[in-house]
Amino acid sequence: MSGAAVRRRDPGLAFVAPFLLVYLTVLILPTLHGIWLSLHRIDIWGDGRFAGLANYSRLLADPIFWQSMVNTIFVTLMIVPVLTALALGIALALNRATRGAAVLRGIFFSSAILSVTIVTLIWRFILAPDAGLLGELWQVAGWTPLPFLSAPGFALWALALTTIWWSIGVPMLLFLAGLQQIPGDLYEAAALDRASRWRTFTKVTLPSLKRTTILVVMLQTAAQLQMFGQAQLLTGGGPSGASRTVVLFISETVFGRWELGYAQAAAEMLFVLILGVTLLQYWLTGRAGEGEGNGR
Amino acid sequence: MLDAVDLAVGPTEFIAFLGPSGSGKTTLLRIIAGLETADAGEVMLDDKRIDLLAPGERNVAMVFQSYALYPHMTVAENMAFGLRNARVAPAEIDRLIGDAARVLEIEPLLDRKPGQLSGGQRQRVAIGRAIVKQPRLFLLDEPLSNLDAALRLRTRVELAQLRTRVEAGVIMVTHDQAEAMTLADRIVVFHDRRIQQVAAPMEIYLRPANKFVAQFVGSPAMTILPVRLADGGEHAAVNLGNGARIETLVPRSSLPQSAALELGLRPEHVRVSDGADAAIEAKVLLVERLGERSLVYAQLADGAAITAEDKGLSALKAGDAVGLAIEGQAAHLFGPDGTGFHRAAQ
Repeated sequence: MSGAAVRRRDPGLAFVAPFLLVYLTVLILPTLHGIWLSLHRIDIWGDGRFAGLANYSRLLADPIFWQSMVNTIFVTLMIVPVLTALALGIALALNRATRGAAVLRGIFFSSAILSVTIVTLIWRFILAPDAGLLGELWQVAGWTPLPFLSAPGFALWALALTTIWWSIGVPMLLFLAGLQQIPGDLYEAAALDRASRWRTFTKVTLPSLKRTTILVVMLQTAAQLQMFGQAQLLTGGGPSGASRTVVLFISETVFGRWELGYAQAAAEMLFVLILGVTLLQYWLTGRAGEGEGNGR
Repeated sequence: MLDAVDLAVGPTEFIAFLGPSGSGKTTLLRIIAGLETADAGEVMLDDKRIDLLAPGERNVAMVFQSYALYPHMTVAENMAFGLRNARVAPAEIDRLIGDAARVLEIEPLLDRKPGQLSGGQRQRVAIGRAIVKQPRLFLLDEPLSNLDAALRLRTRVELAQLRTRVEAGVIMVTHDQAEAMTLADRIVVFHDRRIQQVAAPMEIYLRPANKFVAQFVGSPAMTILPVRLADGGEHAAVNLGNGARIETLVPRSSLPQSAALELGLRPEHVRVSDGADAAIEAKVLLVERLGERSLVYAQLADGAAITAEDKGLSALKAGDAVGLAIEGQAAHLFGPDGTGFHRAAQ
């Protein structure tokens, strides 16, 4: 490379250096450090010793870890499809320029600005076994109220319900943005083509929202696989681990049992899972865009 | 937004809606298509009232200005969509698409998506999508405006050929008078949300109903000069500002009771002349050399603009003083309210 070319690159480097520095120190280095930790038997107080893959083989044989993994995947599978469909439905209903729609958009988005503490507090009031809102409704219907938060069959559902209520805002906004990008004359053409409302929805609206849908699913999957706050505050992972998520397992392992290396190995497993899912969806996005280009 | 529209279109007639932006021509087209609702009035097609029907039930097909092709469907799927919704048999759909694709020469494109097509190809697909529906009426919304100049000319010729192949009426919205003049059987001129005139192209050109039509149709625009009615015989004679007398062939009896009139002159009827026939003096502002002729934009002593014609190899340049000869027999007169008066039809 000639000297002139090097000089030309220098100012460019100066511009990206602040970002690179932050990126390195808060992302790349901790990631590498985490991998290094996962290969050690170490607590959070002192020096550990190199243990090779011992943490990983112990994890693979740990039923509590596997239960939390299954819980995490299960709750993600419960949340993501429902959340996506619900957000799309609300966006379709509120994609109009009336004052009422604007107010309702604000109301549906408002839950997204609450912290997880407040959200779980609200849902504790609703789901509390005695005198909770849902329990009261149950009694009105003539049924015996169930301990929604402490019954093994219900705890994950309660987590899913809470999370959907809390997370609906951003996907709804993404779908609204996607809907507004669809040119109005496509709907006029569909009307002249005698398309029914359903045909218009499935043949014009949905295909146009393909990228948005994949984005929503991708973001939500990555977010829900890392679920922590709701599980810790609403159910504490109980009853008997029925709603313990992987991140809650990691947290308990570090701050309850001080096993830093072991927890780090679990974190690496989750990292690989999220990375895999994200890459799969990324690949699907690339295929979705094939042949369409940006013209119409 | 439109006022008092009353228009009848023949069964295989090609009608052009011509007018500047915002004149209401697209609104009327969309009312016919059913994409907008009129506050009052009826739309009839083949003696059937259609303005109460859904757009898809009206037996009309529309080509949108932006083409509005479904971006995720192939060309063939785009053309089949309306037919499938109307439950046409699959074999019949294939036949209709095959025929249309052959006529429009888009057969190699049938499996592509709109994003992979050029502007001209998309335009053909949009027309194809309308043709396969075999409608009674085609509605074309500025169909050529998104094409470049060369392609526009070619597509114009193709549209003219196309209309001989389809047994249907066509209504085309355009702001381009050349498109309207060359394609349409009749032109509807819109201005200020009102129909100004409905007539055959040459009728519009030779006998414009009012000053707006006179100036909107024809390029460059007709010169309009204030004149005073002079004494004379059966045909009206007028005096220009400098006193020069112009003998027109407009029957004096048709004119309103007003001495103040306006004279309309097309550029081809105002000739640069240094002879005795020059009626008025003007100062040249700009000379456009078009090859076979030159257009001279000039200014009269009172400041009024006038457009004249000169021979192809004009020696004039800006700033020159020229004499202009006016061919009074071809002149138009306009009353105080803008109404046009013309020589008796031959």
